[in-house]
Formats: sequence, structure tokens, C-alpha cells
Amino acid sequence: MTPDMTPPDMTRDLDGRSLPHESARLHVMGAAHYTDDIPEIQGTLYAAMGVSSQAHAVIEAMNLEAVKSFPGVVAVLTAQDIAGENNHGSILHDDPILAKDLVQFIGQPIFAVIATSTDSARKAARLGDIKYQNLPPVLSPHDAHAQKSYVVPPMRLRRGDVAEKLAAAPHKLSGTFSVGGQEQFYLEGQISYALPRENQSLHVYCSTQHPTEMQMLIAHMLGWPQHRVTVEVRRMGGGFGGKETQSAQFACIAALAAHHTGRPVKLRLDRDDDMMITGKRHCFYYDYSVGFDETGLIQALKLEMILRAGYSADLSGPVATRAICHVDNAYYLSDVDLAAFCAKTNTQSNTAFRGFGGPQGAMAIEYIIDDIARHLGIDPLDVRHRNFYGKNAGAKNAGQGRDTTPYGQTVTDNIIHDLVERLQQSSDYRRRRVLINDYNKNSKFLRKGIALTPCKFGISFNVVHLNQAGALVHVYGDGTVLVNHGGTEMGQGLHTKICQIVAAELGITPDRVRVTATVTDKVPNTSATAASTGADLNGKAAQDAAAQIRGRLLPVAAAMLGCAESEVVFANNRVQGGGKSIGFNDLVAKAYMARVQLWSDGFYATPGLHWDAASMTGKPFFYFCYGAAVSEVTVDTLTGEWRLDRVDILHDVGRSLNPAIDRGQIEGAFIQGLGWLTTEQLVWNDKGRLMTHAPSTYKIPASHDCPPVFNVALYEADNAADTIGRSKAVGEPPILLSFSVFFAIRDALAGLAAGKGSSPPLNAPASCEEIFRVANGFKAV
Amino acid sequence: MTRSREHLKFLLNGEARQVTNSPPTMTVLNWLRAEGLVGTKEGCAEGDCGACTVVVAEKSVKNDKIEFKAINSCIRFMPTLDGKAIYTVEGLADAEKNLHPVQQAMIDHHGSQCGFCTPGFVMSLWAQYQNIQAHGGDKPSISDLQIALNGNLCRCTGYRTILAAGQAAYDRAAYDQAVYDQPAATVDRQELSQKLTAMENAEILHLPHPSSMFAAPKTLADLLTLRQNHPAATILAGGTDVGLWVTKQHKNLPEIIYLGEVAELQAMTTTADSLVIGAAVSLHDGFAAIEQHYPQMSELARRFASTPICQSGTLVGNIANGSPIGDSMPFLIALRAEIELIGAKGARRMPLEDFYLDYRKTALAADEIVAYLHVPLPPSLSLSLSLSLAKHDGEFTLKFATYKVARRYDSDISAVCGGFAVWLDASHRIRDARLAYGGVAGIPKRARAAEQSLLGREFTEASVRAAMAALSGEFSPLSDHRASHAYRLAMMQNLLLRFYLEHNQAAPLPRQATNVYAGF
Ligand code: FES
Ligand code: FES
Repeated sequence: MTPDMTPPDMTRDLDGRSLPHESARLHVMGAAHYTDDIPEIQGTLYAAMGVSSQAHAVIEAMNLEAVKSFPGVVAVLTAQDIAGENNHGSILHDDPILAKDLVQFIGQPIFAVIATSTDSARKAARLGDIKYQNLPPVLSPHDAHAQKSYVVPPMRLRRGDVAEKLAAAPHKLSGTFSVGGQEQFYLEGQISYALPRENQSLHVYCSTQHPTEMQMLIAHMLGWPQHRVTVEVRRMGGGFGGKETQSAQFACIAALAAHHTGRPVKLRLDRDDDMMITGKRHCFYYDYSVGFDETGLIQALKLEMILRAGYSADLSGPVATRAICHVDNAYYLSDVDLAAFCAKTNTQSNTAFRGFGGPQGAMAIEYIIDDIARHLGIDPLDVRHRNFYGKNAGAKNAGQGRDTTPYGQTVTDNIIHDLVERLQQSSDYRRRRVLINDYNKNSKFLRKGIALTPCKFGISFNVVHLNQAGALVHVYGDGTVLVNHGGTEMGQGLHTKICQIVAAELGITPDRVRVTATVTDKVPNTSATAASTGADLNGKAAQDAAAQIRGRLLPVAAAMLGCAESEVVFANNRVQGGGKSIGFNDLVAKAYMARVQLWSDGFYATPGLHWDAASMTGKPFFYFCYGAAVSEVTVDTLTGEWRLDRVDILHDVGRSLNPAIDRGQIEGAFIQGLGWLTTEQLVWNDKGRLMTHAPSTYKIPASHDCPPVFNVALYEADNAADTIGRSKAVGEPPILLSFSVFFAIRDALAGLAAGKGSSPPLNAPASCEEIFRVANGFKAV
Repeated sequence: MTRSREHLKFLLNGEARQVTNSPPTMTVLNWLRAEGLVGTKEGCAEGDCGACTVVVAEKSVKNDKIEFKAINSCIRFMPTLDGKAIYTVEGLADAEKNLHPVQQAMIDHHGSQCGFCTPGFVMSLWAQYQNIQAHGGDKPSISDLQIALNGNLCRCTGYRTILAAGQAAYDRAAYDQAVYDQPAATVDRQELSQKLTAMENAEILHLPHPSSMFAAPKTLADLLTLRQNHPAATILAGGTDVGLWVTKQHKNLPEIIYLGEVAELQAMTTTADSLVIGAAVSLHDGFAAIEQHYPQMSELARRFASTPICQSGTLVGNIANGSPIGDSMPFLIALRAEIELIGAKGARRMPLEDFYLDYRKTALAADEIVAYLHVPLPPSLSLSLSLSLAKHDGEFTLKFATYKVARRYDSDISAVCGGFAVWLDASHRIRDARLAYGGVAGIPKRARAAEQSLLGREFTEASVRAAMAALSGEFSPLSDHRASHAYRLAMMQNLLLRFYLEHNQAAPLPRQATNVYAGF
């Protein structure tokens, strides 16, 4: 195999250029500071948590004498020490910062130890003597569902008449399957560093995607007004959703400890604690009935989804909503009855993870389509084609059929037909399908499989008010520019894109623009950097701020150049007009002398969104991202081992702001999704203890999991919606591209499955054992 | 005993450093970060993610040449750096902040996103770069890079960009000559060698920290004396397991005897009939030597553990540890390897399989250490066998293989690991069979009943299927988070079947037909 390692396509030059990540130089020199790298203030103390050893129990008594007397321990804090609200739950207030009387999962923090070293704190934290009175734990989502025990009320979205359409359909299938959860495994674990400041205030450095919420929750915990707490994050070593709400517990504990001791306190989680305490991607269990005709056209779908929510609500409600809103993926579903149940289990409280339920929702329809294709003996790609949203969908033809989502939004930007057609050509899908069939005829133990799966992903927060952002742009006297905005940098390249946007607006080169840490005392009331909206929202806000400054500079420039304002052009660090040219710096210097305001705020709110949670209808999304992937695998039927032979991706990012960064997001998401669906498996034992809580036992993809042929291209088209530079969001949608790997594995097994026309009962994660089990019709004991 | 010294001496990014009063179990990572060198990160503190990767340079015992090794600083104790040179990510750019080619290539190819894993990747690439430059080698293949980086996890990029950067660093044309040819790109080995020599001395490092003892004897005699005087001491070699006792189990190790400096144990020798591997020889070097004679184990050597772990950990340590899931034991048992224990009463040798008594219980006496591993060489293996069968009836052919099944290709603990050796006579009859497994019992174990069922029979599918059936009567592996009982049992059988498919006389299948990793 000759690996194809061609660098990203740099020739494609829309507005966007493939600038390196703004911190790339710092990254490679080890000079980029993460929260744990900030020079510590003298007197800093270190925290660790004592956690529950029981999945569900009443705390009868707690003896913490041994903890307190351990060398180096300065303080031990419990729920009693919280003056305000003992809660870090963002939507429902059902997440105690420190458990008081009741513990609800193994790993739940009960007390915090503050010591002169991390080592002391961690050692002492193990010495708590806690008497429990055990209650029966609920460990499986099915058990919770049977008991109707949910963290939020069940949700249901219905359109048309499913019962009647199912009864009338020429073909009907029903079945069950499941996909596993997934640990975020950000390389930098959860960390907060809280510093007491003057006059009863706190400054908290926190690795978080949501500084404003951290600020709010800390204030509530202390019973303080919000303006006494400042939260700051320069960058995270990865977030992936795991630091959207789940950073709060640790921010709160560090803040509580700093408040109590009057000294700076750092709480950095060890990897095992991080995985034992924090929530993950929800695993889903599906139960479906589908009716369709002989061409595979779906006529009715009834689907129930049970999610493992864990012990509290956290974001499970919105995750389930997004799952329901993505069951359609790229397909028109006329008659649907979709239900989601957020099962309450005595395990970690599951949370956001790249895709936020979208991948789990879309996975369902892809699985069902795969089943339909096998049942009919048609290539799954043809069934996919058959069910795509209407080809002529577009603003002009809106509402004319096959273009309305189950939740009532009209799809006006559908490009899936053309995109899939191109990918099918460039990947040579049809010919390879034939070659693979030949290979399988001649190979006794190894089998190949191939699959092309599409993706459509809705962009915007499903909760309308969150779709807002602010930014501040400062132009200094020397012409250099500082930008601050509400988004956080977790590696996705947001700050790089913002730099490019502001630079373009002011006609200067990006090296003159610096983006600073996200701090709640600059831009307030921000939304989480989540739902892939970071560049859409903050980019527009930053552009707004820069445009205002440019507007104020314009008359000054026109006067200096002696031309009309309409003739002035800002470009390449210069300002031109009337045949003359001046330096941007000179213009700025002049404007300052003329007492022109050289800084500005900017704001953006996504227009036109509405959502009715009760009926689950509305227009929750500003636009959709599209993409498709083809994967080819080889599976060993003797062991269940497999390899990824080749991947071809064509993905829609609108007019790319930065093709290299976008390609990086696509590849990274693809490999992350591949891990979710194959090697990454969360295992709890029969007591409810998570057994896979470190990289030794939980296996994310490594270097050999990168396929030898990995062709990734960007679909070239402007976003139909008026987004920043007509670009599209990129963070989450490409997670769905990894479905192609799962379905390629299933394809490889299809010929082996018992009985013609039936589908291999493969569940995700398709571990070697799972693949082997299916390949051999073999039941794990 | 030899005179001792109470402080550490090493080179940090080229500068001589002395450290006194550091607790013996202080990890290199924690020390570096406390020194303000915070470019090196902690991602797991257990040797599994590579965020903490730094590079150690030392003279090879073999030929005095300098070797650069990426290691996991999170589980490496400070005193084990004594006399070595260590490089961190802060030390790669030159004084003018010109980047090293591997750093520049990482930028140009967008190899970092969140950047938290990046220093670790840069160090792994840099170590490989130094070794390749020294040997005048060409730019690494993608496969070489995947191996060099198999201990570095990245959650953001998906690796392609990093692999591309790894190659581009060698593409002179792609770089400004001025940047490329700067002196810092390739470490001056002569100068380094002199500095390392200057640090050499006969003293034993003996750290008398108030709460603990650390001794690094240089001779076997001194080691044995220490062992007798401190029978409760922890024996430390590569530290890839002992490190975790400290970072994960928060154990206190009051007494540590480090055998990494013992000259006799650093040696690897070939005698007339076997390869003798000392207890201080790394997994990497040990495997490389064995692979020369038994290339069938090369896939296992790649998959055994990450490159940094294989460069730190020792082969004998893996064996002495007595873990039921170590991947080196099954194939060594199949190859009739022996171990040599040395203690107060002298040396004794025993077949490797006899060393394991019960779960985490070995035949090692309190005053002993596992000093050497003896791996029989292929000709002698067949010869001694034919002699032991008393009736020498011609040449035997050895068929040998070892396989593991794990969730992930790179650096994962096996669900099942098997080592298989059968000796066939001229008429294809099985004259001896050794089938050994890891991961399926409390100790690495031979499948005696299955072996028995093969003896005297022809090496046919029917014979092998009978042996496969015998396995299920003989073993009852556990179900745990890695695999179920049923899957483990099925893998024990199917790996044996794969062995047959690849090695039978009639129609052996090429690896490409039985192993998805054949092309890796
Ligand atoms: S921190 Fe993960 S290997 Fe050292
Ligand atoms: S760049 Fe984030 S983990 Fe590698």
C-alpha cells in the first residue's frame, strides 16, 4: 500500500487562506500556556476530591479525621461549607457540587481536600471513612426505562400517520440495535485555578468551553453577585463538549477552596478521576419499525431511542432533542413517530460530546436504511439515494415536496445529490464494489466491505437565545489590533479564523492581529463555544466591531487621501484612494489625534430562528452542512480484527475561511468518530464501577488507525445563508462521516450472516469481539 | 562496596545539572514542571498517552554510540537519569529561536490543533530525526513514523497531518537552507559524547533521602550485596510498571535498588546455543536481537507496547513481573526459553514456565534477582530437542509463531496472546509441541492437553482442530473489560488455527490471507 499523504489543497483560495493555527509556533516550542502552566502565585494550595465508592447510597456517617490529619492537609470541605447553592447543573439544578446525603454514582465527589501539594491532597483524599446505607442502583438504561425513571420527561415528535402507513407499506422491518457512549478524552484533563482577589472577589483560570456559566455557577455557590467572579481561559488542550458544563464542578470546588482558605487553589484532575467523575457521550438503544416500498423508499418510521443520561439531567434533554432532529439525516421522512427517553442511571451524568446527540440520531436512520437495502438485496447507496431530500429543494421551490424535516423546517440548501454523485465518481465506488465482491469470493478468512454514507447536520443551538455573541476590537496607536470575543479556543482554530476575519475587515495582515484570552470581564453573557457555532457567531460579532472602526476611519482616510469615501480601499496594511496610498499605521495615528474612537464592540444574533419545545417544531437551524464519506475495510473473520484500507471524503464547509483548519477538523472528527464506533468501549462492572478509566483500558485511535489512503476534499460552494464570508461551521458535522467505517464493516460481514437478505446484527462499538461475534453467529457469554 | 555519591548529575538540554535532595520517586515530569519547564505535559501519568515525552541520550553499551530515546517522563524516576543527557521541547530551537525542522514541519503541515499533545509528538519526531541523521538514513516511511509515534495519542488531528510533517522535516527542498542547516538541527555527538564521558565515574549513586533509599549499583556483586541487605527493597529496572505504583497507586517505595546501571546486566551475548539477555536490556533491544533469529515475532514486537515504553522497559522486567497478561512470555515459553536467577547462594536456571507459580507469585527467592533470559537459537533448539527425545531420527523442522489479539493495533494489552512452536519430523509428524498463552489464566500457561493431543500426529487441520477442542477443556479464561470468556477461548483456538494455516506443509497461506495487519 502506498500511503497517500498529500498535503491539504492550498491552491483553493477563496477568501480564506490556510494560515497555520495562531498558536502553532507556541505549540511546537512547548511555549503555549495551558491552565496548569500559568506561573503559580506563592502560597498556592492544591485540591483533590474524595469520591463515592457506591453507586447509590445514603451517606450515614462521614469520618474525615484521617484526611484532616494527613501531612500537608490545610482544609477539608464538604457540602456543609457551601453557603449558597450546592449545584453545578446548568439547566435543572440537580447536580450537587459535593454530595450531601445521597450518592448516585461511583466516583461522585463528596469532599474536597486542600493541601500544600497535589500528592498530599490525592493521598489524603483516599482516607475518608464513609458509612453508606446502600440503595438499589439502576445500572442499565433499559432498567430505568422499565421503571419509567428519567432525568427529563420523554420527548416525542410525530408527523403524519405512522400506524396507517406502516400497515399499508409493501415491506416492513423492525429491529433493535445500539451504539456505545464515548469518553471525550481531551488530552488536557479538567483543571481550575482560583485566585482570591481584593474586596471579596475571585479570578478563576479554568479549562472550559463556557466561562460565563462557570462564573454564574461559582457566584450562585458562594451566594455572590456575578460581578465578583471573573473566569478566564486562554486555550484548552481539547474540549469536545466535555468542558461545556462538566468543567463547572471543578471550577466551583477550586473557587470554594480559594474562598475558604484565602489562598490560591488549583484543582487538576488525575486522568482516572477525570474519567470516573465526568460524563461522556450518551450511549443509545434503538427500537424501530419501518415501512417501505420495493425500491427502498421509506413510507413510515417509528423509532424509540433510550439514552443513558446518568444520574442527573445535565444536557441530556438538549442532546435528545438534537438526536430527534437528526434522525432524518439527509433523508425525507414523510411519516414519523420518534421518541426519546433520557434514562436515569446510577452512572456519570452524560453530557455534550461533539455532535451532541446528532450523530446518535443520524446513526439510527443509516442503520435502518442499511437493513432495508439488505432486505431488498439492493446496494445500500441506492436506497440512500432513493430517500434523499428532494433534489429541487431550494428557496424558490420551498414547500413543493420532500423538503420539510420532521420538525417542520424547510430544507432550502440541499446539495446532497451533487455532493454524493461527485464523491461516488471520485472514489470509484461502483467499480470498487465489484472488486470487493470478487475479493470476497476468493478469500476464505478475510473479507472486505465498503460503504458510502452521507451527512446533513443542522447548525445553530437548538435553544434560540443561545445564538448570540459579542466581541471587542481594539486598534492601538501603532496600528496593531487586539481582539477579544466570547468564543473559546480548544484547538478548533477559532482564534485563527477570528484573526483572519478582523484582518480582512481592516485590510491588514493577520500578523498584526492578536486574539487574547476569553475572559468574562471583557465580553459578558456569552454562550458556550459549542454546537459548531464558534466562528459563525463570534466571527460575525468580531466583523461587526471591526467594521465599525473601519467606518470611523473612513472619513479620516478620505480626507488624508483627498478622495471620496467610496474610493477608499483598505488592503495589505495600506489605505488607498485617489491615486494615493498611506500606511494603515499612519491613518490610525492621525485618527487618534483627531479623537476618533479606535475600539469597538460588536454583536451578532442569528436571525430567523424559532423553536417550540412542546411540539418539537420550528426552525431551529440557520442552515445545514453536508458531506459524505466512502470507507473500505478488511475484516478477519477468525479474530474480528480489521483494518481501514481507504477513506474518501467530500465535505461542505461553505466558502472555507481556512481550508487547512477545516480539513484538520474533518480529519480529526472522522478519526474520533471511528474510535467511537470501533475501539472505544466504556465498560461498567455489575456494581456500577467504570472499569475503563484510563488510556490503558480505554483505547482511542492511535497512529496506525489513520488510513493509508485518506482523500479529503472540500465541496466548493458558498453557504446559501448569510454567514461570515459565506462559510459553514465545521466542528461537529464530520463526526457523521465515520459512519462509513461502521457500515463498511457491516458490509464485510453481510455475506456471512445467517440467511439471505438479513443484516448482520452488529452494534457499535464494533470491537474485534463484536465483529467476531457477528461473523460467527457467536454469542458472547 | 564501591564509594557512593549522593547527588544526581545529568545534562539538561545540553547544560550540566546537579540535583540533591530530590525524593527518589520524583518523576522526571514533575521535576521538569517544578523547574518551570512546563512545555512537557501530563495527559495520563501512566505511560499511555505520550504528552510527557522527553528524549534521553546515552551511550549504547553495545558500541559506545549515542542513542536518542523518546521516553515517558511521567513514570520515569529522576535518579535513573544519572549520567545521561535529557532533552525537552524547550531545548530544540536555537538561541535565535529558529525552530528545528520537525517543529517547523509541524507548523507547515498543520500538525497541531489544541497543541497539548504537540510537545510529545515533537520530541518523538526529534529523537527519530537524531537517530536517522546519525546513521545517515533516509527520510522515514509512513510506517516508520507510525511506529515512532505509536506512543503519542492525539485526540484532535487524526494523525495524518502529523505523519505528513514527520516526512516533510526531511525534505530539504521544502525548507530554507538557513533554517535547515542550523547547528541545532542535529546534535553534535562528539561533543555530547565527551560531556557524557566526563560525567562517568565509578561511584554508586546512593541517595539517602530521609524517607527512602535509592541505590544504583554498577556491578552484579554490589547489586547482590544490596539485595541481601535490603530484602524488602523494590527492584527497579525500566520502571514502566513500578512508576505506576507511585503515580497511580500512591504507594511509598521506601527502598529501591535500580539495576539499570549494572554492567553485567546491560549485556546481551550470543553463546553457541543461545541468546543471553541481561536484566537491564530494554524491550526494544531484546526484541531486536530475538527478531534476528525469529522474525516471526516481529509483529508482536511492534504491537507489544509503544516505542517509549519499549525503550524504557526491560524484557526481563516484563518476565519477572509475573503479570498474567505480559506478551513476551507465551512465545518465550514456546521457544523453551530459560531464566537465570542469581542470589546469595549462587545462580540457578529454570525453564521460564516453571517460574510462574500462581497469580502474581513466582519462584523468585527474597535474595534473588532475575538476572538473565536465555533464548535458545533455532538450530540448537531443534538439536537439543532431538537429543532429548533420545532417538535421534533426523532433522526436525521448527514451526513457530506468536500472535496477539487486542482492541487496538498500537500499544494495547492483549485479550489473548499465544506463542506456538511445533517440531515436525521428516514425515510431518509432530514430535513436540509447545502452545503457550497469556491473558487466559492467572499465569502465562502452556496448554498441556492440547499439546499432548498433537504429539505423534501429522500437522493437519484435523490434528489442529482436535487440539483446539482440547483447549476448551483445559482453560476457563475470565470475562473482564477487555474481553469475554467466550471470546478469549475462541481466540485461543483461532490463533492456533491461524498458526496452522500459515505454517502447514500442504498449502500454507501467506500472512496477507490470514492477518489484516500483514501490510502494516
Ligand atoms: S502523561 Fe501520558 S504517557 Fe506520560
Ligand atoms: S492537537 Fe489536541 S490532542 Fe493533539
